[in-house]
Amino acid sequence: MTDVQRPPIRDWETDFDHGHPDYAAAAPEIWDQLRDTCPVAHSDRYGGTWLPTRHVDVAAIAHDTDHFSSQGVIVTEWRPDVPAPMGYAPPITSDPPFHQIARRILLEFFSPKAIARWEPIARQTCRELLDEIEASGASEVDAAQRYTQHIPVRIIADMLALPREDGDKFRGWIHRIMEQTGSEEVDWEDTLDFYLQHKIAERRGNLGDDLISYLCQADIDGTPLLDEHVQGTIALLIIAGIDTTWSAIGAGIWHLAQNPDDRRRWSEDHAVRPFAVEEFLRFYAPVTMARLVAQDTQIGGCPVARGDWVLLPFPSANRDPEEFERADEFVIDRTRNRHAAFGLGIHRCAGSNLARMELTVAIEEWMDRFPDFELSAPETVRWSTGQVRGPRELPLRINRGEVR
Amino acid sequence: MKIKYDREACQGHNRCYMLAPELFDTDDEGYAILLVDGTVAAELMEKARLAADNCPEYAIEIVAD
Repeated sequence: MTDVQRPPIRDWETDFDHGHPDYAAAAPEIWDQLRDTCPVAHSDRYGGTWLPTRHVDVAAIAHDTDHFSSQGVIVTEWRPDVPAPMGYAPPITSDPPFHQIARRILLEFFSPKAIARWEPIARQTCRELLDEIEASGASEVDAAQRYTQHIPVRIIADMLALPREDGDKFRGWIHRIMEQTGSEEVDWEDTLDFYLQHKIAERRGNLGDDLISYLCQADIDGTPLLDEHVQGTIALLIIAGIDTTWSAIGAGIWHLAQNPDDRRRWSEDHAVRPFAVEEFLRFYAPVTMARLVAQDTQIGGCPVARGDWVLLPFPSANRDPEEFERADEFVIDRTRNRHAAFGLGIHRCAGSNLARMELTVAIEEWMDRFPDFELSAPETVRWSTGQVRGPRELPLRINRGEVR
Repeated sequence: MKIKYDREACQGHNRCYMLAPELFDTDDEGYAILLVDGTVAAELMEKARLAADNCPEYAIEIVAD
């Protein structure tokens, strides 16, 4: 799969492109620069896009659902053509009041207590992957390809009672949707929508206790969910639940590979782990959301017009020194950490407890197995382009010596 | 010291529940439930402070009596 070639960037203040490899390679530095020089950047690309980088502006937009619509949450060359109120993938693409109705249907599956039962399955999944790496005997391992990318996909497949072997297909669709934003023509039979239609029809005749079966039987005030609602929500779970968490786990391992003191602290001090996990989420938040301007308004004093795209770079908000002490440092035991990795406001990531559990378990299991490792080729680490940021190639050298 | 929780501001991030389960539970949808009447026992003050300091929505506040 080849990615779209994007025209060169003139400057970040007036011509940024979050889909450009130069942005992917240096996003944190670009956000820091913009926060100082031009906190609400604009680009004519994608038909007009804004990039607010301060926490205060990102939070204000996330909380203002009157002026900023979620009908479009992935910036594309075109504007989404899906009728209100549902959007393509409810509830992430829904606005109030429908949003809350669609969201409540999902929330009970993703509460902390509901997610706790998936922890042993996540742990087992991680151990199987680590067994394979260990059995291979290789000292150089691409952790993104061999470990991080497989964890969330297998769990979500289990939750939906879809075959784990379909994980490669899921990742292909996600790549197309998130990194290529619909640039290439594909046959209908090769699309996520086709796959889901087929699977949902099949499931309706053979219901179980999985999430697809639950959605097939869910109702709104006695009326069953529309087919496109069921399909859109499952598409959301696949698209939003996989490469986001994969990115967070990968970034955490990338960090630990370069910071022996933090590796040691993680291994020796169990009490620090919950704080470390939140600091991974703050410092390496993978997700930049987007909104469409629904009514002319302003962002931090800049006038924005109906139909403009607005990116919500939560990772930039998370590095704003106005909101965080020592914002540009990874502080493993940070105890004051109101990070926005899972968004803010009514669209707070519905899967945040699942993501947090997977991130915790994946790092714990990796560190238990391979407490000593480093980047084997730092220059080949490749960060994804687009609105989800994480290492897609992560070559590591594992030091197996006496430490284990 | 007292702890105040704003249900309207809560978006179910669950940070308080994880950091201070003695003070916060969650409902079936994952929104926080404050378990005490507002008064925080001295030995739980540190946890109350953590819950407040880590709420992304500023929904928890520690106030003087």
